[in-house]
Amino acid sequence: MPAADPALRSALAQSRFGLGARPGDPSPAQGDVRDALRQEIRAGAPSLQGAPGLSPSDEILREFYDFREKRREARDRAPPRQDGARQDGAAQDMAAQDTAKQDEPMAQGRQGRGARPGDDAMGPPLPRRVFLAEVEARLSKAYREPALGFAERMVLFWSNHFAVSAAKGPIVRVIAGAFEREAIRPHVFGRFADMLMAVETHPAMLVYLDNQRSVGAESRAGASSKRGLNENLAREILELHTLGVGGGYTQADVTALAEIITGWTIVGPQARLGQPGTFVFNPRAHEPGPRTLLGVRYPAGGQEQGRAALLALARHPATARHLALKLARHFVADTPPPELVDALASTFTRTDGDLAAVSETLVSHDLAWQAERGKMRSPLEFAIALVRATAMTPRVPRFAGALASMGQPLWAPPGPNGFSDMTATWASAEGLSARMDVASWAAEQATGQDPRQLAESLSGPLLSAATREAVARAETRRQGLALLFLSPEFQRR
Amino acid sequence: MTCEALTPSRRAVLGTAGALFAWAAMPRFAFAAGNRDARFVTIILRGAMDGLTAVPPVGDPAYQDLRRSIALSTTGPNAALPLDGFFALHPAMVNLARLYAQGQAAIVHASATAYRDRSHFDGQDVLESGFERPGRTESGWLNRLLATVPAGAGVNPGPKLKGVSVGTVAPLVIRGPAPVLGWAPPALKPAAGDLAPRLADLYGSTDPLLARTLHEAIETGKIASGLDVRAQGGPGDPIGMAQMATGAARLIAQPDGPRIAALAFEGWDTHAQEVGRLGRLLGGLDGALAAFERELGETWKDTVILVVTEFGRTARVNGTDGTDHGTGTAAFLVGGAVKGGRVIADWPGLKPQQLRDGRDLAATTDLRAIVKGIAVDLLGCSPAALGEAVFPGSLAIAPMRGLVA
Repeated sequence: MPAADPALRSALAQSRFGLGARPGDPSPAQGDVRDALRQEIRAGAPSLQGAPGLSPSDEILREFYDFREKRREARDRAPPRQDGARQDGAAQDMAAQDTAKQDEPMAQGRQGRGARPGDDAMGPPLPRRVFLAEVEARLSKAYREPALGFAERMVLFWSNHFAVSAAKGPIVRVIAGAFEREAIRPHVFGRFADMLMAVETHPAMLVYLDNQRSVGAESRAGASSKRGLNENLAREILELHTLGVGGGYTQADVTALAEIITGWTIVGPQARLGQPGTFVFNPRAHEPGPRTLLGVRYPAGGQEQGRAALLALARHPATARHLALKLARHFVADTPPPELVDALASTFTRTDGDLAAVSETLVSHDLAWQAERGKMRSPLEFAIALVRATAMTPRVPRFAGALASMGQPLWAPPGPNGFSDMTATWASAEGLSARMDVASWAAEQATGQDPRQLAESLSGPLLSAATREAVARAETRRQGLALLFLSPEFQRR
Repeated sequence: MTCEALTPSRRAVLGTAGALFAWAAMPRFAFAAGNRDARFVTIILRGAMDGLTAVPPVGDPAYQDLRRSIALSTTGPNAALPLDGFFALHPAMVNLARLYAQGQAAIVHASATAYRDRSHFDGQDVLESGFERPGRTESGWLNRLLATVPAGAGVNPGPKLKGVSVGTVAPLVIRGPAPVLGWAPPALKPAAGDLAPRLADLYGSTDPLLARTLHEAIETGKIASGLDVRAQGGPGDPIGMAQMATGAARLIAQPDGPRIAALAFEGWDTHAQEVGRLGRLLGGLDGALAAFERELGETWKDTVILVVTEFGRTARVNGTDGTDHGTGTAAFLVGGAVKGGRVIADWPGLKPQQLRDGRDLAATTDLRAIVKGIAVDLLGCSPAALGEAVFPGSLAIAPMRGLVA
């Protein structure tokens, strides 16, 4: 890949660092596309503030507590159902379950746009309403508006790095989107330590990895209840969020960190410790006394103890290497050039975790441009690229259903390690079969477009003669578009 | 006469089978042209149907030698159905053969649009837009025809004349400013067609990993190979074709329903293994025509169904038992209102020097002449309007009269 050719570099940037080309845009070959990437680093990720129907996570949680209470009351009043239908609309309504209408032909079922059993005159129940609004905000704004979308790609990367899953239960489900807006999005070009603090104190993460239930054995609450220490969050902080596997920590460190962050919890509906739905440090549950983590002694000090420990983890050399490898693997290659990883880690350490500087190193490094386009777009990246390529405006359930069918349901990764970032995971027979269906569907949405022109404007100098010919020889426009969307140029980045 | 304006949002109303009869309560209306309450259906065959296999010129001395492994004959196993001695019909089209014998089907052979290049998209643009050249995709000739039919004529009860488009995507031929209903069978699947083998070709020459993945998906049945004969239920499948035809026929059979319908069937691009694939597709088309006849009932006698494709295929068989993009092909006219029982052809012949560029069946009849003839004799349109608004710049092409009984 000759990195010096500006047109080629520009086309490569669209997929390697961006969300996918938009055919209407003026030719990005003007000037150096790296300047456009740097501009997006300075501008930051779109905030989604003011998007309709979005609220802060604590407000959503308070609404959810009310919703749950009313549903309980209604269930207590109502006679038991005979048909076995679930009343727990919340459990069925989110991402992973949104595949039900996947096969519905586009020409039917439009009367009930998104309506489903359980919706009443007030519209869909709260969890579904929140889900629809969160996805819609991204579909209509965050995925569509950026010229390149490097910042949004970073939002996707860090959201997957700090994965939470809606499958955990209704609380994570209703605030998974808010978690991304509050803990990830504002920090993608800020300091890693700030993102880490925002993540580990966010209700979504505290609930997802059970820390809101963790109680120090020697704490006042521990002395008076059966509950005890839960190491889940502490272990994942070390293994996934900071140092990484092989980062040099022991089980004793896991236990120490778990004790350090005891008392990090959320205020429940009874409002005993403050405003319901907010993060709170509960001294009653906190393990008292000093702790030693990775050989460093942290004196007793309430929440400050955990804050200091996280700051130290954020600037640990193992963290720098772990994050550098993940970034390079995500953007450049499954097995990235060690020199590139070193450069990223070095910037991370030198700037004390300034993610803008790390991103700048990434897009400025020649090795980041020289790798073959060997990565496969994840299903989400593929779906976003389709939306941008065709300017279609899919309904949220259809979009979410497409993602689930391809193996990447929104906000529902298989575990705290997020979705795989390896090409082999996505290049599966099932996955490709689903991608063919999604490509055909997208092609149907865009039949007015000439596939030959679209191929040129999307892939530019990257377009191969074989793809050009396959698209031009297709039997119908729709088939030509489907071939284009399934071509290596569109699938890989 | 009041008719409700049917905007694209009304497409939704047609989502269920029950809505097929949404017009039942609307007032009847009177009609004129030829004292006939005419129905006109256009079926587009996407992918370039091979007219020399659908309607083989078995009497042409050059035919057998050009077609070799895929040539049809009126004798032996899988014999073509005799028409007039010179032309025969593909054995899969038994209904069409019967209708031909009853004088309700005609074939216009060696016909084509004005398009002379080899791109499917551009060829379909020309076929459906009614313009001389590709690139005009804002409206189709059938849609503009709706606006041209004289008020009071059978198909035109007033300013709100209706057409109906059948399928998940409205074919260009019926898209445009005139309001058109949309309907698709509830279970109609998206067309996969031969996407898989085409993709296999592409990956094979560009991407070994994706090629292996696709191969595995096909081997394990996760992806239909695109060449198998399992029912898929889409517009490239006999079941899907029959569903679409049945739905379209029930809609236009309603006394107050739309009078004009457009459908598109897919999968006709037979570069390889043409015998099996075309047999299945032609059988699907034949079944669709039978469904129209059955469902239209009394209105069949006032119906003309026009079946057209973007261009023909090479006169010679290629190296993969298929044919490549060509020029002249056959068009079908079917229905109780057709003056049928004949193959209409100014036959150009199949000798090397008679072939266009030495490879294609030459085109001797312009498809626009056929449409114009139907529009005049069935719908009462004026040749002037047809030559300007419906097929811009085609005044020199005279309507082919006498196609309608």
